[in-house]
Amino acid sequence: MYNKTIAELAKSLRSGEFSSVELTLAFLDRIKQHGSLNAYVTITEDLALQAAKTADIRLAAGNAELLTGIPIAQKDIFCTEGIKTSCGSRMLDNFIAPYNATVVDKFNSAGAVMLGKLNMDEFAMGSSNETSYYGAVKNPWNINAVPGGSSGGSAAAVAARLAVCATGTDTGGSIRQPAALCGITGLKPTYGRVSRYGMIAYASSLDQGGPMTRSAEDAALMLQTMAGFDDKDSTSVDVSVPDYRAGLNNSLEGLKIGLPKEFFGEGLSSDVAATLEAAINEYRKLGATVTEVSMPSLKLAIPAYYVIAPAECSANLSRFDGVRFGYRCENPVDLTDLYTRSRGEGFGKEVKRRILMGTYALSAGYYDAYYIKAQKVRRLISEDFKRALAEVDVMMGPVTPSTAFGIGEKIDNPIEMYLSDIYTIAINLAGVPAMSVPAGFAKGLPVGLQIIGHYFAEDKLLNIAHQYQQVTDWHTQIPKGFE
Amino acid sequence: MRSQWETIIGLEIHAQLATKSKIFSGASTAYGAEPNTQACAVDLGLPGVLPVLNEQAVRMAVIFGMAVDAYIAPFSVFARKNYFYPDLPKGYQISQMELPIVGIGHLDIDVDGVSKRIGITRAHLEEDAGKSLHENFHGLTGIDLNRAGTPLLEIVSEPDMNSAKEAVAYMRKMHELVRYLGICDGNMQEGSFRCDANVSVRPKGQKAFGTRAEIKNINSFRFVEKAINHEVERQIELIESGGKVVQETRLYDSDKDETRSMRSKEEANDYRYFPDPDLLPVLVDEDFKAQIKAQLPELPQAKKQRFKDSYALDEENATILTASRQLGDYFETVVKESGCEAKMCANWLTGDLLAALNKAGLEIIDSPVGHERLAGLLTRISDGTISGKIAKQVFEEMWQSAATADQIIEAKGLKQITDVGAIEAIIDKIIADNQDQVEQYRSGKDKVFGFFVGQVMKEMQGKANPGEVNKMLKEKLK
Repeated sequence: MYNKTIAELAKSLRSGEFSSVELTLAFLDRIKQHGSLNAYVTITEDLALQAAKTADIRLAAGNAELLTGIPIAQKDIFCTEGIKTSCGSRMLDNFIAPYNATVVDKFNSAGAVMLGKLNMDEFAMGSSNETSYYGAVKNPWNINAVPGGSSGGSAAAVAARLAVCATGTDTGGSIRQPAALCGITGLKPTYGRVSRYGMIAYASSLDQGGPMTRSAEDAALMLQTMAGFDDKDSTSVDVSVPDYRAGLNNSLEGLKIGLPKEFFGEGLSSDVAATLEAAINEYRKLGATVTEVSMPSLKLAIPAYYVIAPAECSANLSRFDGVRFGYRCENPVDLTDLYTRSRGEGFGKEVKRRILMGTYALSAGYYDAYYIKAQKVRRLISEDFKRALAEVDVMMGPVTPSTAFGIGEKIDNPIEMYLSDIYTIAINLAGVPAMSVPAGFAKGLPVGLQIIGHYFAEDKLLNIAHQYQQVTDWHTQIPKGFE
Repeated sequence: MRSQWETIIGLEIHAQLATKSKIFSGASTAYGAEPNTQACAVDLGLPGVLPVLNEQAVRMAVIFGMAVDAYIAPFSVFARKNYFYPDLPKGYQISQMELPIVGIGHLDIDVDGVSKRIGITRAHLEEDAGKSLHENFHGLTGIDLNRAGTPLLEIVSEPDMNSAKEAVAYMRKMHELVRYLGICDGNMQEGSFRCDANVSVRPKGQKAFGTRAEIKNINSFRFVEKAINHEVERQIELIESGGKVVQETRLYDSDKDETRSMRSKEEANDYRYFPDPDLLPVLVDEDFKAQIKAQLPELPQAKKQRFKDSYALDEENATILTASRQLGDYFETVVKESGCEAKMCANWLTGDLLAALNKAGLEIIDSPVGHERLAGLLTRISDGTISGKIAKQVFEEMWQSAATADQIIEAKGLKQITDVGAIEAIIDKIIADNQDQVEQYRSGKDKVFGFFVGQVMKEMQGKANPGEVNKMLKEKLK
């Protein structure tokens, strides 16, 4: 039953094949059985069973929604009332959120069953899940490889069938990159599509929550619940939410695909390139035409991102000061000691590195040269996307330059780690939606295809991904040992 | 020797906006609640919370901008001002830096009868911090975040003031204005209206400004004057004795009447302002402005002129009656309801009514004698039912009770006697009883006339119409 998609489970739950409680118990068993993956930070067993019981009552009463009774898991960046919300940090190891994130509220009222909270890079800063205070998450396809990050726990849990689906957040690729490295489907919506209220901020102008699932159809179902304007988030956009499943079966005949030449140049490993070529050929067979497009400012994306994101995080993380909540050092002698030791001991290395970079970039005398310049670059990149997308319906390219790398391989070389996000970061700077779809394997590890669309064209992306998943079976592959 | 020096003062006034809820959350702004009972998740800066701008605060800032004839920015931006302090929950204050909502404007002040225009550089919206409580915690510090997130309008003046007196006049005028506009309650004890003063001195004739010191958080008119005067003295003495003023932030100690250094420029924080990515730019379009303009109350200056023109009030009465919106409204209502001459109404308001209010420490809106009852009283003076003197007695009765003037006049039998026959009888009696005085008067001692008036009025318990008494006495004494 844990191999079924949301749509299939919804049917089974209604036909009485099994109950939500049975389904939930099965998942809880699997989570414990595969604890060594380290995908979960917190398992909310009692609450899950309680929610499953309620869901079964709803199902019996006939007032259930599609997600009612479906076991899901939340990235530990979303605040959950009464439940530890750690954000992968020692700083919040003792933090019990007193309120629910809007996204969490939405899943709760849909009747979804939360199994627990998922591991992640500390404060979503990382591309390998190795910066988590709770230790690295293992990739189900190869336990010596990273699952990607920062939503590494989410990707590993969905790939290993430790949850039907999971939430993720994406600031520079944190949904798409782990989805690609773990062979699942991940969607980063348009900035403003999903409420950020209760989602602990890393870089506010880039952060966006989204679904991580085993199929495009499931992503459509999850997004249906997550999306929408929220008056508690001023940056959420008041654009009506379409029925994401309605257009899934639209024909791709005449679809115009653009391949940004900068995505296929130096740095892309040949086996990933070959896999993508095959995937794009599938689209040709489905009736799409393919042209080359150009994104001349793309090379500036990483430096611009590593000014803007750290600048915002340097302020966003100031509230973690040991005064009102979170980690506080032992026996502070005065206020400065309280601040420096609480933050020094509570934050990990990568978080501190980014706070320092951001603080520097915003300092008097450097602000214009870094922050203002980076904002100009951001505008150039947005222009690139607008220009390129004016010619085509969507763009396609790699998500990552190579497949999952080994645990410990890049963690001591931050620059190399940052460079692995080359194909995902620009999308966040522009704010457009993008997906990662399983497109094959290279040396036994999953390869993701990235599909990038116009603002608020999530329905189009889902349609394009779904059609591909109708003619391929990459997305249904199960890692060995998790069948 | 002080006359060789010129003082330059600029003020930054923080006016707490009279919104019901906070600038970025739904928590109440009411003063005086138990600590931390009016601080919600957003005010506490919990992980994951987001600010949502209170439109009412924007509205009030625009009202202010219009009242000081300022540029209203069609596009303004909130920025984060970063610094660590225990009562600053997020580790940054949301304020406005490069693009404030209100731009250049001005306010005219009067000092010793001379009018002076003070430039306003800008006014921007920001959130207040919480309060650190140092008492009763035995070596620890308590934090009260009730005030955190309270909307403030920071009004920055040009360095256009040249004396403490001018600074006080400006601050008073601003205080009067924000209360007039209904955007700030002006309560200085509760910190709703406070200011920082930037003070420098330079030798007369010198173009360049001297180095300034900023005196922080002054919360009374008296302290502004004292603090500035003290600071000017300190700077002049320092320079004259060969020293140099350093740019720094100073604190005024009202107990010792002195300012002392808080931190120097070198110790000053680098606030690392940058646009707050959680908030969209504030857009103020022509429609919004037109809507506010239509609701804008008549401003003190315009109202004063109108009172002089249409009610023929003198400068003094017009100034007093337009000092607060409520007083002006009260006056106009009384004129309308009583149908009396405006000048008499004005004299009653600025005289008896204000004196009684001051004595009781009350504001006009809390006056025990409302406009209806006062109008009723004034009507009875002008129609001759009672004299002005009796009216004062009636007013005192009214102050103590809920009775109308008519009820009091009736109950106490205070109605003025205009019956010529009755007055004549009394006059005849007084003349008969005081033949000596009659002789004196008739021999040219005009002053004795007052004696007769007094005697008649006394006999008639003040209820005789004085005009009638005068007329008849003159006739009889011929």
